Amino acid sequence: MATGPASETNPAPAAAAADGDDVLLRVENLVKYFPIKGTGLVHEKEYVRAVDGVSLSIRRGRTFGIVGETGCGKSTLARCVARLHDVTSGRIVFDGQDITQLSQRRMRPLRREIQMIFQDPIGSLNPRRRVGSIIGDPFAIHHLASGSERKRRVQELMERVGLNPEHYNRFPAEFSGGQRQRIGVARALAFQPKLIICDEPVSALDVSIQAQVINLLADLQADFGLTYVFIAHDLSVVRHVSNSIGVMYLGKVTEIAPADELFTVPRHPYTGALLSAVPVPNPDLSDQRQQIILAGDVPSPILPPSGCRFHPRCPKAAPVCVAEDPPLEPRLGDGPEHPAACHLPMAEGENLADFRPSISERERVVEVDGSLLPDGAEPQDIAGALPARGEGGTP
Amino acid sequence: MALLEVEDLRVSFNTADGVVRAVRGVSYHIDAGQTLGIVGESGSGKSVSTQTIMGLTPGARTSGRALFEGQDLLTASPDQMRAIRGAKIGMIFQDPLSSLHPYYRVGWQIVEMIRLHDRETSKDQAMKRAVELLRLVGIPQPDRRVNDYPHQFSGGMRQRAMIAMAMALNPALLIADEPTTALDVTVQAQVLRVIRRMQEMFGTAVILITHDLGVIAEVADEVLVMYGGKVMERTDRRTLFYASHHPYTEGLLQSMPAYGGERERLRPIAGQPPSLLAPPPGCPFAPRCVYVMDKCKEMPPLDPAGDEPGHLSACWLPHNEADREAIRRRVAHVELVRSAGPAGA
Repeated sequence: MATGPASETNPAPAAAAADGDDVLLRVENLVKYFPIKGTGLVHEKEYVRAVDGVSLSIRRGRTFGIVGETGCGKSTLARCVARLHDVTSGRIVFDGQDITQLSQRRMRPLRREIQMIFQDPIGSLNPRRRVGSIIGDPFAIHHLASGSERKRRVQELMERVGLNPEHYNRFPAEFSGGQRQRIGVARALAFQPKLIICDEPVSALDVSIQAQVINLLADLQADFGLTYVFIAHDLSVVRHVSNSIGVMYLGKVTEIAPADELFTVPRHPYTGALLSAVPVPNPDLSDQRQQIILAGDVPSPILPPSGCRFHPRCPKAAPVCVAEDPPLEPRLGDGPEHPAACHLPMAEGENLADFRPSISERERVVEVDGSLLPDGAEPQDIAGALPARGEGGTP
Repeated sequence: MALLEVEDLRVSFNTADGVVRAVRGVSYHIDAGQTLGIVGESGSGKSVSTQTIMGLTPGARTSGRALFEGQDLLTASPDQMRAIRGAKIGMIFQDPLSSLHPYYRVGWQIVEMIRLHDRETSKDQAMKRAVELLRLVGIPQPDRRVNDYPHQFSGGMRQRAMIAMAMALNPALLIADEPTTALDVTVQAQVLRVIRRMQEMFGTAVILITHDLGVIAEVADEVLVMYGGKVMERTDRRTLFYASHHPYTEGLLQSMPAYGGERERLRPIAGQPPSLLAPPPGCPFAPRCVYVMDKCKEMPPLDPAGDEPGHLSACWLPHNEADREAIRRRVAHVELVRSAGPAGA
């Protein structure tokens, strides 16, 4: 198992002490490995280490945002929490109850309380069924309402999420993207769940529609006291909706912080680089700031790098980062609600561009960096690679 | 003279449901070395307008003119277009995997592209150039990776390989249609930087189509805002963000979560984008616009607005700031009264 002794002590000590029973969901050292089809007896069995020792806790009525790049394990984590995947090891405690090993049958009553909203509203709605019956499914499955009672409750839900109740008999294809997402929200709301996991709920929507859905989710949270896990790759959206945010990289949580604090004083260099890469819709700001462009790509989760998994791309990487996996704990005098997994956390106002890694070339990503020209080279030196414009154009 | 001059471009498609008027009278121009951003939501006609210029919308009914270096691309023969596409105008699309052939090595595809337009170059020379291009766009160990297949590249590397291919013949114009939409932000930053550096080195003009105003703020010189197949506003980047005129632009900016600053409730644009099947006459944004007036049944011309030269806006709202501010205050007051009243907005 890849979880070292460091991460054993890890289950966010803060959360355990401070929140008491205010915590709705606690995840302890969660691990999810997917086996890859073996190549035979000779080879050691390999695994995609999608989630590799994640601990976090989410308080009632709050929104916990999860950000990270493709393949960092954020969706797998969410699916494990909803028990759509069985976990490899670790514990999931929901509302005081350990649900990690519950059977399908014993899990069923809990499914009312944990609901999910997916990115692709059309992929999660059966195109051949009417919207009223899709939203009414939860009532049918749990035998809670039928006939005209079910219809009444479905229409109430439709109205609540801003759909016209008269459209009860329409098919999903007759709705626009934003409306389809509202159908997904209505279905998730059927039993007033305690926890809704939103996996990229607005990523497929246009900006103006995205804002409508975000406001809807905020209103519902205020009305029903919902708790959200909000996964998205758009950092400004996540910041807008979340109370606190966890950053994931290659199956691990690298930093957790209150939303505003994460953006003002990021501790983990990965958070710093991620934030600097976000395009800012503000020309003055984007002209001033200096982008940290990470070299290369995210390494494979099959054979993740040793120590801190970010070390091959980190501008501050030092030998200790290669040797030791840093525990997720508060750094540089931060409060317990802001832990970071970094040996060399960033001080406030520190510029990552000033740093060069002090580890050998072999341990870094083999790429100079995103900048194209070797230091000192002039564009003309390289322009020879291209033909002069206008020549050789005719076939 | 402008490098590309588009005049009153109209594109419509016959579909089973009727005629879709995707582009309804779009005019713009772009100069050498400039970056023109085109923003708009799904169905605004932003992609169709450039695809038509490149001759990539067979079966569409088109009218208008698109003068590129003095030649009208809309009336050019297929042979003439083939000589222009790739060589003089390069293109990058959103999904790099479907733009690269999965059966052929990346290097081979770049070589084919070069030799198709330039028979003088030997295969060896072309391969050398392919390696150099991959180095330029930041592919590590390009001499080795040139022999890889597309599936061996990551998403960001594929998009960079596409840029290398699009730049292989040093085109005067690069059309990038949502080049970073499928990519993570860190990779997006890499790709945008590559495009910008290529542009600095070779003076290429770039048309960047995106729905992301953040990307626009980072790279565009001039911006075209499209909605319902029409141009709503055209201006430089700073004016767009700080002194826009059109209510649609205003609505877009208010829909986005602020970066930094207070977290206020978002102010989305109410309603849905219009259907382009038999669109009603007049301003396409009118049904969703908070400032809507009787006059909006008639389409406003794209007229100069504000103080900046080159700032054009298709809206009947007064162009002087004081009068507009008065209207804004009145609308805000009405909204306030409405939201304080019985719920049901």
